[in-house]
Amino acid sequence: MAKSHVTTSVNGEPQEFLCEPGDTLLDVLRNELNLTGTKEGCGSGDCGACSVTLNGRLVCACLVLGVEVEGAEVGTIEGVSSGDGLHVIQEKFLEHAALQCGICTPGLIVSTKALLEENPNPTEEEARYYLAGNLCRCTGYDKIIRAVMDSAETLRGAV
Amino acid sequence: MSEAKEFKYIGQRTIRPDGYDKVTGRATYGADLSLPGMIWGKTLRSPHAHAKIVSIDTSKAEAHPDVMAVATFQDFVTLQSESIAGGEGAADVLDVARNCLADDKVLYHGHAIAAIAARTERAAKDALALIDVTYEILPPVMDVEEAMKESAPVLHEDMFTNGYDEKPSKASNIATRVEMKMGDVDAGFADADVIVEREFRTPTAHQGYIEPHACTVTYSEDGQSMVWCCTQGHFDVRTLTAKVLGMDLGKLKVIASEIGGGFGGKTVIYQEPVALVLSKKSGRPVKMVMERDEVFIATGPTSAAKLKAKVGIKKDGTITAMQGWMAYEAGAFKGSPMMPGVMTMFTPYDCPNVLVEGFDVVVNKSKVAAYRAPGAPQAEYAAEMVINELAEMLGMDPIELRLKNAAKEGTQTIYGPKLKRVGLIECLEAAKNSPHYQSALPEGQGRGLAAGFWFNVGGQSSVTVNMNPDGTGTIVEGSPDIGGSRASMQMMAAEVLQIEPKNLKPIIADTENLPYSQGTGGSRTTFATGMAVIEASEKVVAQVKERAAAVWNVTAEQVEYADGVARNTAGEDAMTLAEVCKSAEKTGGQISGNANINARGAGPSFAVHICDVAVDKETGKVDVTRYTAIQDAGKAIHPGYVEGQLQGGAVQGIGWALNEEYVYNADGVMENPGFLDYRIPLASDLPMIETIIVEVPNAFHPYGVRGVGETGIIPPLGAVGYAVGNAIGRKVEELPCSPPRVLALIQNG
Repeated sequence: MAKSHVTTSVNGEPQEFLCEPGDTLLDVLRNELNLTGTKEGCGSGDCGACSVTLNGRLVCACLVLGVEVEGAEVGTIEGVSSGDGLHVIQEKFLEHAALQCGICTPGLIVSTKALLEENPNPTEEEARYYLAGNLCRCTGYDKIIRAVMDSAETLRGAV
Repeated sequence: MSEAKEFKYIGQRTIRPDGYDKVTGRATYGADLSLPGMIWGKTLRSPHAHAKIVSIDTSKAEAHPDVMAVATFQDFVTLQSESIAGGEGAADVLDVARNCLADDKVLYHGHAIAAIAARTERAAKDALALIDVTYEILPPVMDVEEAMKESAPVLHEDMFTNGYDEKPSKASNIATRVEMKMGDVDAGFADADVIVEREFRTPTAHQGYIEPHACTVTYSEDGQSMVWCCTQGHFDVRTLTAKVLGMDLGKLKVIASEIGGGFGGKTVIYQEPVALVLSKKSGRPVKMVMERDEVFIATGPTSAAKLKAKVGIKKDGTITAMQGWMAYEAGAFKGSPMMPGVMTMFTPYDCPNVLVEGFDVVVNKSKVAAYRAPGAPQAEYAAEMVINELAEMLGMDPIELRLKNAAKEGTQTIYGPKLKRVGLIECLEAAKNSPHYQSALPEGQGRGLAAGFWFNVGGQSSVTVNMNPDGTGTIVEGSPDIGGSRASMQMMAAEVLQIEPKNLKPIIADTENLPYSQGTGGSRTTFATGMAVIEASEKVVAQVKERAAAVWNVTAEQVEYADGVARNTAGEDAMTLAEVCKSAEKTGGQISGNANINARGAGPSFAVHICDVAVDKETGKVDVTRYTAIQDAGKAIHPGYVEGQLQGGAVQGIGWALNEEYVYNADGVMENPGFLDYRIPLASDLPMIETIIVEVPNAFHPYGVRGVGETGIIPPLGAVGYAVGNAIGRKVEELPCSPPRVLALIQNG
């Protein structure tokens, strides 16, 4: 089957790629653009390891087709930190030991960033429900939630 | 060691050295390596739970232009049954091979039959439909009790039960029967004022790591091969893969990628030898990545179990006898964790009269793999539920009852040795004084409490500490880092070398850069690999003293080393570690220390958990409202990651107790192979998990370390199970306490 040509923007950089109609955005990011920071845990939208933003909206990259991102703005974990340092959320995840194996971490950081952009002052319960689509099997979420709440407080203070 | 030992770095909450790569997406996991010319492998799996393979015709697949290689069991070398150490416990190499690709029978839904390598992942997957397999379908055996019956269909005609004085004449699904005893349980029960005996069931549950199994491999014309994979033990991957393929160890390099969770489930091999066959046949690098449903149907899980626990007690709370019976499902091949179940069941209690009988039983489910304290959660769940019931019957506080009978230094275990210094009493006291236990239970809720015991292991660890000319160093170790262990290694080496942890970089070497190291399992890494790190670092210090002594023309004994500085006790001279390293080329060459050890003296870790639940009486849904995990770490090297182990273990146990179970249809097909229907805990399901780290040092480790990784999954089954029963006024016997099961208990009693 003929491949489709897609022009898009990933983390603010223009990108072009060829993909088959059935290729997901996750396939494209990982296999065509070599952006392997976005992880595949389930391929069915249940685990959140492939969380990315599409035109600012949080989505599972495994549930978006590659051809759907024509003309769109895609944001991945690779775009969270600036060149000269970590994002506050990344720093807080490290400070709070909010990761063990780290496979869910990119998705959780992308989701946390989306949460705090939508709601800079979430309650613990709001944070827990917003992040309910990001499975973590190692931590029991305690330290993740602490890192998220601390990030929110720090980011509010920085404004 | 002294309990009051002062540490410079141990006990701090440092930033883990591998953290930056993990929060930025740079860290490379099992599926993240691609190589030039690489093609993709996919696996054909059995749709049947039990069937003879009459024929496999791969000719149509082989003729397809996108297909570059096809593999079946016939591509493995001819193997004899042979038990080899690997992973957590021994494995039979023939069973390992027949699990990687089925021989003449498929033994579970999802059993691998053949694999295809093709130019793209999709082409490989599509081409699987071109393989024709003819089956003769057999009735499946899906339940441990059914499988033990004489009339049950037999999975392996050559399997005769081990553990009886005379070899049975008839093949059986019971692989092994074990009995362990001490004292006289009959006399003990005769002495008891109250006896409670109950039966319990626990479900098939999966480790549930978020990263599916993945590998990328190359096979060279001269037989030199490379496997990159996510594993808890790359040296064991080498051993098992080389056996299955008849290779020399020296020709197989295994590189451990970053690992996205394992919990015991990544101590075995599935795709690695298959991918190497495909690579050899195609002449290309091959990548194989499982999909989530494959992970559920064909890897892990842990044993479903049927258990009985019987405990006799005097009115004053003295336990007089404890008796257990358990049958564990091994899955398709022998080797459930029944034995550690037998050994751990009653170990938290100092009772002279104990008898436990266990059965390892094959059924038509995927072969079980180790899961965090393998075998212990099921067995100790049964014991803890009965202990709690006895406390309630006697009107005794469950902590006081446990304190009265708690295992301590000198307690005889059923499996042989007497316990050394352990921290169960300290954990119980901490539980009693905890804010959680001191708080009143909210109206309408239920509370449960349970203890847990796990041995922890030592074993072989190899470490080299290489110093650089600027005084920084590299810690080369062989234990894949699954939860932050590099931070602990860095801190322990820093403690010996008395330099900032950040000046030492820990790395996980591949199988060619270090001698054999056992995998990360059995809560052994911070203990055993930590010991090797300490010993290797001490060798560096010894060399630093020698080099400084040579410069000052004194003996090494006249040099003191403290705070990162070597000092001449016979003069005023001083050199920093960096200065000694910088001048190393003039004093005999570069400085490094190594230690290849087989660590003995692992210290058991005890835990006590407290759980409060609220039960929705209309739906049967259970919410954990408060949870506290208390555990003896010996010494917490990095308290943040120790707390993480306690919390993570607790939540896996909560998931097991409340929701997680394999659901099979009448044909033995798993019906919930995804995270939507096999529901592991979400952030929104849980409260914060309070932790209390107890530190009763392990005298056999220089800093007092016990392992902490596994014990935390044991108490939740009993603590949650009892809390649910307490909330609804019913006896919980079967896990998980999922809404339909709890609702049935509420409605039917």
